[in-house]
Amino acid sequence: MLETLLANYEEAVAVILFGIGFSMLLFHRNLIKKIIGMNIMDTGVFLFLASMGYIAGRRPPILEAGVEGIENYVNPVPAGLVLTGIVVSVSVTAVMLSLTIRLYKRYHTLNIDDIYRLSKKEHEEEDR
Amino acid sequence: MPSFVCSFPLFMIVGCLLSAAGSMLMRGKAARNLAMAFGAVLFVMDSVLLAWTVKHGAFTYSMGEFPAPWGNELRAGVLECFMLLVFLLVMLCSGMAGYRFLAEDVDESKLPLYASLMHLLTAALCALIFTNDIFTGYVFLEILTLSSCGLLIVREIGRTTLAAVRYMVLNLLGSGLFLLGVVLLYDITGHLLMVPMHEALTEIIADPSMHLSLAFAAGILTIGLAIKSGLFPFHFWMPDAYGWATPTSASVLSSLVSKAYIFLLLKIYLRVFGPEVLSILPLSRILLVLGILGVVLGSVSALRAGNINRMVAFSSAAQIGYIYMSIGIGGTEGYTAALFHILAHAVTKSILFLSTPRLADVSGESLLFRNLQGAGRKDPFSGAFFTAGALSMIGVPLFAGFASKLVIALSAVDTGNLKKIIPVMIALAASSVLNALYFIRTLIRIWHDPDGSDDLYDPAVRLPETVPYTAACALLLAANLFLGLFSWEAVDLIRLGLSMFS
Repeated sequence: MLETLLANYEEAVAVILFGIGFSMLLFHRNLIKKIIGMNIMDTGVFLFLASMGYIAGRRPPILEAGVEGIENYVNPVPAGLVLTGIVVSVSVTAVMLSLTIRLYKRYHTLNIDDIYRLSKKEHEEEDR
Repeated sequence: MPSFVCSFPLFMIVGCLLSAAGSMLMRGKAARNLAMAFGAVLFVMDSVLLAWTVKHGAFTYSMGEFPAPWGNELRAGVLECFMLLVFLLVMLCSGMAGYRFLAEDVDESKLPLYASLMHLLTAALCALIFTNDIFTGYVFLEILTLSSCGLLIVREIGRTTLAAVRYMVLNLLGSGLFLLGVVLLYDITGHLLMVPMHEALTEIIADPSMHLSLAFAAGILTIGLAIKSGLFPFHFWMPDAYGWATPTSASVLSSLVSKAYIFLLLKIYLRVFGPEVLSILPLSRILLVLGILGVVLGSVSALRAGNINRMVAFSSAAQIGYIYMSIGIGGTEGYTAALFHILAHAVTKSILFLSTPRLADVSGESLLFRNLQGAGRKDPFSGAFFTAGALSMIGVPLFAGFASKLVIALSAVDTGNLKKIIPVMIALAASSVLNALYFIRTLIRIWHDPDGSDDLYDPAVRLPETVPYTAACALLLAANLFLGLFSWEAVDLIRLGLSMFS
């Protein structure tokens, strides 16, 4: 068990990072830290993909003169997936940050429990 | 069989993306007209596609003509086209009926943005339904999440922003798990397209040492999509999100967005995993239990709500429970029941969410039950639509809700497994009683005349823009009755689609 983990230490680290980010996103009450957690979670997945796609001794998938044959290059798909994932993660982060700014301007706090309490007070009547 | 019709799925997705960009440059009215016209065009294209697939069978469209293990594919069959047809109808009617409320809730300058988000959401729905590539599925999943979040926050009050943040946090947890699951499956199989992935999995399953990783991947994929679609115990964002959004958004979010995730899950189950992989994990039993809990507890929360929109939102949580319960029943019959319930719920919940704001309008802008006394008499149209939707929810014959409950019960009986039949029957009976309790209570509230005055309806104080509203709701009601009256034809169509699926 331990040997398998050591042999795949990059994947193990990636899953640990995913776990840290996931629990931060779920349990942290501070909105900014939630967003940081989300980024750590996504980074964990990207590390997983990148380490999976890398094969020691091979070249990046850009055709060079004199080097023929696919066995000389790594698979370009994982790198493509990482790039796509980064784009998605950046746009989600932007949306979350803008939502946070809007909430902060209105309630002057970043703690989601406090925000919930304050907004409940605003609409006490309709909210049962 | 290369045919012009085979390019329709691509045209639909790309067309939506283009018109999303185009409507941002327009003014409010023009953007709305474009959205309506384009929605109608999509509806016609999808009907043609449905007719074509019924006649010629399913087809795959490879983008850029790269052959199967590489490249990216779209796939259209009877099931995909039929689901999308109902989804587009609900979308079109929600937009048409909710426009007046939209003009009240949203700043005039933001209307083109709203239209643009609706186009993006349609693009994501089409892509999720048609895609044959699991990573494309992930990307459009995120587009769906982001655009639905946009639909929530257009109504700029603190409460919707908070609801959107909670909605986003849960959705991001779900997407993270889904992405990790996709990456693991890619690691195991080396493919992203569904068909080669399935072929690789049928070989890998023979090796017992891979069972743990396969079970892990299948498990987190399921949990991710279950969180995103709001299965119990992840349903607590629903009342806030649906209860405070503008009516069009509430209707689209509750009847389409959460269903698209479930459709993707079913697609992955049937086209990637197959029964062999699913039998490693006790997933169907877990989904059955969570579904039953969702059905019962969702209905209990709905019973306790004091606000009509929150009640309808909690009942959405219960309906998601029904769908997962049917997936838990498993087999072709269970999946057919789940898909039929997705459609039945889409044409029911949209009517309810579109009629409540109007009942509130005639009750001093309040959604609280105590202020809704006699609201149906003040505005008979929306009262009638609410009544029809409520009867369908309870499961009165003629309506789609009855047919779907019947199909679920029959699919449970069909398994012949008492451990599944008894809990499903008890859950169906209990939730029908609870549904009847809270909906009939609401119906009495809106139709009962407190002061004994004969007629509260005053034609002089007509609400503005009644014709498009009534037409849209009548169309939804017609679709609902159609699914209720011709339920076996619809079920046969779903079965035909499922048989083409794998």
